[in-house]
Amino acid sequence: MLRHPKKKHRQYLYQGDPLAAPPPPELETILERHRGRDDALITVLEEIQNHYGYLPQRQLQYTARELGLPLSRVYGVATFYNLFHFTAPGRYMVRVCRGTACHVNGSRQIIHALKDKLAINEDESTPDGLFSLQTVACMGACSLAPVLVVNDNTYGRMSPESAVDEMEKLKRENAILDAEVRA
Amino acid sequence: MITLTIDGNRITTSPDTTVLTAALAHGIEIPRLCHHPDLSVSGGCRLCLVQVQGRANPAPSCGLLCEENMAVQTSTDLIEKMRRDVMDLFVSDHPMRCAICDKNGACDFQKYAYQYGIAETTHDFEISKPLYQDDNPFFIRDHEMCILCGKCVRVCDEVVGANAIDFAGRSFGARIATPFDLALSESACVFCGSCVQVCPTAALLPASRIGKGREWELQRTRTVCGYCGVGCQIEYATRRGQILYGQGFRDAPANGEYLCVKGRFGWDFAASPERLTHPLVNKELAAALHLPIDENATLNDPVLQTREGKNFVAVTWETALDLAAQRLADTLRETGADSIAGLASARCTNEENYLFQKFMRASIGTNNIDHCARLCHASSVTGLGMAFGSGAMTNPIRDIRHADCVFITGSNTAESHPVISYEVVRAVKNGAHLLIIDPRRVPLVDHATLWLQPTPGTDSYVFLAMAHVILRESWHDAEFIQTRTEGFDAFAEAVKQFTPEIAELQSGVPAEKIEQAARMYALGERKFGASAFCPPNAASEPRGHSSILYAMGITQRTNGTELVLTLANLAMLTGQIGKPSTGINPLRGQSNVQGACDMGALPDVLPGYQKVSNAEARQRVENEWGGAVSPKPGLTVVEMMQAAFDKKIRAMYIMGENPMLSDPDVTHVEHALKALDTLIVQDIFLTETAQYAHLILPAAAWLEKDGTFTNTERRVQLLAPVLAAPGSAKTDWEIVCELGKRLDAQRSDNEKVESSRAPRWRFDGTEQIMLELARVTPIYHGARHPRLRGNGLAWPIPDENHPGTPVLHTEKFSRGLGKFHALMPQLPYEQTDAEYPLILTTGRILYQYHTGGMTRRSEGLAWREPRGFAEINPTDAARIGLRDGGWVIIKSRRGQVRTQARIGERVPPGVVFYSFHWKEGPANVLTHAEKLDPYAKIPEFKVSAVRLENPAAEHDAKKSAKPKRSEPTDEIMAQPAE
Repeated sequence: MLRHPKKKHRQYLYQGDPLAAPPPPELETILERHRGRDDALITVLEEIQNHYGYLPQRQLQYTARELGLPLSRVYGVATFYNLFHFTAPGRYMVRVCRGTACHVNGSRQIIHALKDKLAINEDESTPDGLFSLQTVACMGACSLAPVLVVNDNTYGRMSPESAVDEMEKLKRENAILDAEVRA
Repeated sequence: MITLTIDGNRITTSPDTTVLTAALAHGIEIPRLCHHPDLSVSGGCRLCLVQVQGRANPAPSCGLLCEENMAVQTSTDLIEKMRRDVMDLFVSDHPMRCAICDKNGACDFQKYAYQYGIAETTHDFEISKPLYQDDNPFFIRDHEMCILCGKCVRVCDEVVGANAIDFAGRSFGARIATPFDLALSESACVFCGSCVQVCPTAALLPASRIGKGREWELQRTRTVCGYCGVGCQIEYATRRGQILYGQGFRDAPANGEYLCVKGRFGWDFAASPERLTHPLVNKELAAALHLPIDENATLNDPVLQTREGKNFVAVTWETALDLAAQRLADTLRETGADSIAGLASARCTNEENYLFQKFMRASIGTNNIDHCARLCHASSVTGLGMAFGSGAMTNPIRDIRHADCVFITGSNTAESHPVISYEVVRAVKNGAHLLIIDPRRVPLVDHATLWLQPTPGTDSYVFLAMAHVILRESWHDAEFIQTRTEGFDAFAEAVKQFTPEIAELQSGVPAEKIEQAARMYALGERKFGASAFCPPNAASEPRGHSSILYAMGITQRTNGTELVLTLANLAMLTGQIGKPSTGINPLRGQSNVQGACDMGALPDVLPGYQKVSNAEARQRVENEWGGAVSPKPGLTVVEMMQAAFDKKIRAMYIMGENPMLSDPDVTHVEHALKALDTLIVQDIFLTETAQYAHLILPAAAWLEKDGTFTNTERRVQLLAPVLAAPGSAKTDWEIVCELGKRLDAQRSDNEKVESSRAPRWRFDGTEQIMLELARVTPIYHGARHPRLRGNGLAWPIPDENHPGTPVLHTEKFSRGLGKFHALMPQLPYEQTDAEYPLILTTGRILYQYHTGGMTRRSEGLAWREPRGFAEINPTDAARIGLRDGGWVIIKSRRGQVRTQARIGERVPPGVVFYSFHWKEGPANVLTHAEKLDPYAKIPEFKVSAVRLENPAAEHDAKKSAKPKRSEPTDEIMAQPAE
C-alpha cells in the first residue's frame, strides 16, 4: 500500500526552553569536573546513571550543552551501550546471563519463565516499579551457570522454577520492608 | 602529482585524491551508496570495493588514497561477487516496493539492485525498522526504506551544522534517530531538506510529491530562488502545471545541492487562492469615475470576497492601464514630475527594475525612485563605495569554505542566509576559526571559537579597539597599506585613543577577548589543519586569509555607513582584501536587491551607479531613452513618505513592495499613504500596502517569469518560468511597458513629445531588455542572456568576452587606492531611559521572509512559525512576571504590539528581539525614522528604546483590584531604571 502523508499537521507549538533553569546541584557536581570536555561523555553518562539509576532526558540535555556536544550524538552514544537506560529501573534489577556456559545450561528457559512471571519484556520494568528485566552477555561466573543477578546479589545454578520462586521471595521481602517503613 | 592506473587507464592526479574520486573524474563508474563528494568518508556500504595489485584484500575505494604506480581493478569476478552479496544483504532489510515507490527511477539503491540482478534476498531476516513518521508537512521518514548509509547524518553535521539526527542503537536496532526518538519538530532540525537531497533511497521524501507522479512523468525547470540574496539555483519538478518538489543540483554555482527550508519547501504560495488575478480598482473611485466593472470577476474572485478585498472591484487590463496613465499624466500636468514617486522592487528581475527606473526617469521625468535596499544595505553601498569605490560583496560565496578565519558581525547567517551559513560550517569543520561579534546568541555561535557580546550600539568601540590592538602588536600589513591605500596616518592617529580597556567599559566585552579577536582576524589563524593559502613553511605569505561577513546588524543604524567604513578599515589594515577567501562581504537580504541597486533603482544614481549629477552619464542614457533626465537626486524611501505626508508627493507607483510592514514607524507610513491622490500598487497579493491603493495591478511571481537576478556575490543568473501566471496576471516588465506606452501617448497629446519615443517601450522579451540595459550599464556591458545560462557571470562584465569578476579589488581598488576613514564611535540615537529601559532590536527568523507575503501563505512554513514572538532575557522577564510562551506587550514612544514571549539566554539582559514579519503585530510600529544615517539615509531598525508590559499581570491586578481596592496597577507598569 502506498502511504500518503497526513494532510493536516498538528500545529507546531512553542515548547519553552527546557534548560532555562541552571542544572540541579547533583548534576552540576558531575558536570563541573568535565565542562567543555567532549571526550568525557561516557564517564559523565556513567556518573549520571550511577546517581539517578538511569539517564533522565533533561539531564542528557544539560550534558550536551555543558560538554559542547550535539544532543543527537549524546543520545546516539547512550543508546549504543546496553548498560545505559532511559527509564527509571525497578527496585530489583534482574539480570539473566546469556553467556555460553549459561546458555547451554538453559538460561533461555529462565528468561522465558521470568518474562511470563513478570509479564514484561527484556529492558522493561513492571508497572509497580518493582522489577526490571535484562539479559547480559556474561557475568564471569560461569562455574555457577546458569546465573541470575538481582541488584548486587548473584544466584547460581538456577532453573526456571527456582528463578520464579526467587521473584516471589523478593516480592514478599519488599512487602515486609514497606510495612516496616510505614510502621 | 602522481600517476596510477585504474582499469588499465593511466591517470595523473594529486596524492590527496581517493581512488574513487579519481575514477569518477575519469568517467570510470564504481557502485557506491554511502559516498558523497562533499561529505567525510564513511566506508560503510562496502559497494565501492576495488582490488589493488599486490594487495591481498579488496579495499573500499572511497577511503583509499591514490599512490604512485598503483594498479587498480574496479571490477573483477571476486569483487562483483562481493558486491552481489552486499546487495543481497541490503535487500534483506529493504522492502522492494519499487512499483509504488516515488523514488522509482531516481533511486541509487534500485539502480544497483538492477545492476546485480537482485529483487529478492536469499536471507530470511525480518525488516527491522518499521517506523514511518510524517510529523511535519515538509518531508516524511520511512525507516523501512532506510539502508543506514548515514549520508543524512553527515550532511546534517558537516554541511548544515544542525546536528538534528545521528545513529542510535546498534545491530538490528540501529536507526537514524533524533534525540530520544522524538518527532523532528521537537529536535534541532531546521527542515532544510539536505538529508532528503542526499538520501539514496525513499527513506526521506518530500511530502508534496508522494503519489503524485513518477520521475519520468515530471518536467524539470531550473531557476533561481526568489527568497534571500544567496541566489540558490533550484530545480523544480512539475507535472500538469503543479510543482511536486524542488531540489538542489550539484552544478548550481552559489549553493551546490543545498537549499534552505524556504527555497526547498516554500514554493506553494504561488498556487495560493489569495493570488491577485485581475486588476482591481478602489470601489468608490470606480463608482465616481463610472469605470466599466468586470462584474463576473468581481463576483467570483475569492480575493474580493475577503474583508480586505471588499473595497475593490475588478476591471479589465485596458481600463486599469488607461486609468493609471491618466492619473499619472494629470498629476504631472498639475504638480510636476517631482510630485510623483516610485518604489521599485528587490524581488523583481534586473530587466523589470531597469524598465521601472526608466519609466520614472524618462517617461515621468523624476529621480524620485528608490526601493527597500534603502532599508537594508544602503550604508554598504555608500560605505564600501567611499572606501573601495564599489559597494558589493568582494568575494564569492564559495570562497568562504576555504577561509582560515571567518568573522561574522551583525548577521544571523544561519536564519537569514542559511545556505551561506553552510559554507561557514564547512569552513569551521575544515579547521577555520569562527569569530562572532553580536549582541544576540545567534545559532552559529554554537560553532564559534570566540563570541563577543557587546551591548547593542557599542560595537564600533570593539572594532576600533581591534584596530588599536592590531597596530599596537604590529599585526598590520604594512606593505599593503603602503601600496594600496591612502589616509592611513590620520586613521592610525585616531585609533590610538581607543584601547581595548575603553571598549570594555563601553561595550562590556572583556579587553582580553578583543585582543584575541584582533589576533585571530589579522593573522588569519586556524583552529587546526593547514591553510590553503599559507603552507606551514612558506615565508612568502605569513598570514592566513580572513573573511568578514556582515549584514543588517551593521547597516541598519544611524551610523551604518561609518560602521561599514570601520570594517573596511580593518580589512585594509590587515590586507585581508583582494585575495581569495578574504574581503568584506555584505550579505544582501533579497533575491535581487543587488540587481535593483545595479539597475539604478536609487534616487541618486543611474544604472551602474553613475551619478545623476554626472552630465556625461546622463547624456548616454538620454540618447538611449530619448528624453531628458533630471540632474537632481530624488527622494529616498523614508523621505518620500514624509513628502507624501506633507502632500508634496501626490502620486506613488509601488512595484512589489510592502512599506506598510517594512518601513520604520508604519503608523506614519499609513498616514502618508492615505494622503496620496493616486496610489498604484503592483503585487502578487493584496498586501497591507495594497489595501490603501486606488489601483492594484496583478503581477507574476518569480516562479512564473524569466529574466535575471543578481545575487549577493554579484552573480547575474538567469530565471526560467516554472509555472504559468494565475488568471490574467502579467509579468512586471509587461505592465511597466504598457504603462510607459500609454503615458507617452498621453503626454504626446498634451505636450507634443516627439514620436521618436514610441519604440522605447517595445520589447519582445526580457532578452531584448537585457540588450538595452547592457548598453547603458557599464558593469553589465558584456551581459547577454545566452552567456548567463548555467553559472551566470559576476559583474563587472566590461565586454562580451569578459569572463566576469568573482573577486573584486585584486590588483587595485575600484576607486584606485583604498581609503582609510578616521572615525569616532557613535552611540545609537534613541537611548534608554527610566520609562523605556530596554533596547529593541528587530530581525528575521528562519521560517518567515520579510513581510510574510509569500512565506505566510506557504502551508509548511506557516505550520512551523505561524505567529510572532519576542525573545526576552529571563532577568527582564522575571521583573514583570512574564511566563515563557505567554503574552507580552512591547511599547515604544511610537506604538505598541502584543506578542508571544520566549524567555531565554539568546538575548542579553536589557535587550528584546522581535522579528518584523507579522501584520498582526508589526515590529515597525515600534521603530523610529526620526534620525537617519547622514550618508545613506537608512533608519535605525536595530535600536529602539522600549518597555515591556505583562498583559496577564494587568488583567490579574484589575481582577483583584475590584473587591479589595489594593495597590494601583501603575506599580506593575513601573520598572526600575537600568
